[in-house]
Amino acid sequence: MNKEIEREIKHLKDKVKKLKDRVLKGNKKEAKKIEPLIEEMSSKIQELERLNAQVKPIDIVRLARHPKRPTTLDYIRLMIRSFMELHGDRRFADDQAIIGGIGFLNDIPVTIIGHQKGRNTKDNLKRHFGMAHPEGYRKALRLMEQAERFGRPIINLIDTPGAYPGIGAEERGQAEAIAYNLYKMSGLKVPIVSVITGEGGSGGALALGVADRVYMLSNTIYSVISPEGCAAILWKDATKSEEAAESLKLTANDLLKFRVIDDIIEEPGEGAHTDHEETAKRLKSKLLETIKELLTKDLSTLLRERYEKFRKIGVFVEDMPEDPLVKM
Amino acid sequence: MSKLFIKCPRCKTTHFISFLKHSAYVCSKCGYHFRLDAPKRIKMLCDKGSFREFDKNIKSLDPLAFPKYKEKLEASMNKTGLKEAVVTGECKIGGFPTTFGVMDPRFIMASMGSVVGEKITRMLEFSYENYLPAVLVISSGGARMQEGIYSLMQMAKTSAAVKRLNDRGLPLFTVLADPTTGGVTASFAMLGDVIIAEPDALIGFAGPRVIQQTIGQKLPKGFQKSEFLLEHGMLDMVVPRKNLKAVLTSLLEIHSTRPYENLRGER
Ligand SMILES: [Zn+2]
Repeated sequence: MNKEIEREIKHLKDKVKKLKDRVLKGNKKEAKKIEPLIEEMSSKIQELERLNAQVKPIDIVRLARHPKRPTTLDYIRLMIRSFMELHGDRRFADDQAIIGGIGFLNDIPVTIIGHQKGRNTKDNLKRHFGMAHPEGYRKALRLMEQAERFGRPIINLIDTPGAYPGIGAEERGQAEAIAYNLYKMSGLKVPIVSVITGEGGSGGALALGVADRVYMLSNTIYSVISPEGCAAILWKDATKSEEAAESLKLTANDLLKFRVIDDIIEEPGEGAHTDHEETAKRLKSKLLETIKELLTKDLSTLLRERYEKFRKIGVFVEDMPEDPLVKM
Repeated sequence: MSKLFIKCPRCKTTHFISFLKHSAYVCSKCGYHFRLDAPKRIKMLCDKGSFREFDKNIKSLDPLAFPKYKEKLEASMNKTGLKEAVVTGECKIGGFPTTFGVMDPRFIMASMGSVVGEKITRMLEFSYENYLPAVLVISSGGARMQEGIYSLMQMAKTSAAVKRLNDRGLPLFTVLADPTTGGVTASFAMLGDVIIAEPDALIGFAGPRVIQQTIGQKLPKGFQKSEFLLEHGMLDMVVPRKNLKAVLTSLLEIHSTRPYENLRGER
């Protein structure tokens, strides 16, 4: 929202009102002259209102991180019947930053996994604000391989600032855990759908993001680095996150334009936090539609298309003449 | 004018650059491994005259119109004479044919954007098509922030290519040099069938500064160094640079025959 634009809109609206009054009082001849003017101003008002309504990337960053947004457990409660949470990576621990389990999406058995942020400080300490350790990614992979064994489609809900940066995480192979998920997921023999439901933070997000279809809710972000991290590197100033959010092109609209994601799921009203039920309803219907479609694909098509989906992402130029600067 | 001397960053001994060449750019006093550019690596590891470069002319664009990125790319190209941060190709090592890729830390810290991801993927696909093993010598600051989401997606792309290579029974050997961090570590670097590191290289996912800021305590000595990773089971071996070619040769030799064919459908 922009104060200047709002002032301009008000100014124009007042003018239109005065002109309309004159038309009502005045003669027909004058009305003929005024009416096109009113029309012109009205369209100008509309245009300004559209501009004013345009949300800035940093606003979307804030919405994506809104503390009242539905979490993975909320979506599961609202979408999945007979859900059973399953625990542990069978290697080291049960990371609470990623949860997962089995249940029914309508009548289809599914495995559903997601980052889990806390609702309060105490909860967030346990869940590390949705930042997983290696055991979190390994638990996710264990559940995905279990799904593969039983021919169950996989749903991944992504909402994380990133992988947890800590001593234990590095000691236990944070990089290897993420890499191995990317590696294995590219070949899992069941349909996978991933949805960014809040923050899609870097490698920690991608570790649940290698899928046949990738969607984003409309007020979410997906990025290689947080705007704050980017600003700190680029301008040595973490407070310049607004510019960084702008530069990184991390909104759902950007990513759809880049064809990195397949579709956007519109959030109701002012955002997902204002209506959990409706958001879950829209998410569920998109998941159902997608999974039903993916279930009809034969395995070799499914896997070939998944490989191609990521294979083709990248922007570069090849075999250009001597000119060192290439214009797009 | 090129420099005649270089100071060891660790023990501060001054070396003649022309002498350093004979010790594989390792400090004779303290064993410090100087960072190497791609042409030096190729010279050091590939059999003489055997290297044939792939995809020489792929160049980055600036898909996000990111502040100062174009200038940065141009400066790196001028400085290195390379078009991007990785050089890929095929060669022989100790007589054994393989594909070979090496990252050059002089080029925007050998961060991975679209071109690095694409060239490595193409190299792995060449191995796949031609039944060749693959060797990657890695050093990288991680993702290339200036390419945003495109950079992140190269992790998925390259990892899937490693999977396909392995599914055909072909190996990837990775050599991690100082520094190997971020999205590169969390994709093809840690996916080597055998993972080798040079001594005392920084290897990790999160950078040490970020970790220190997050946890607010001092990091243990040797944290995220090669020897630390070896101890924690994240690497197969730490190999001094002078032995690297011999080790790679042995690995290629032992993988050059397949005593039991269990991949009929795939091969
Ligand atoms: Zn020294």
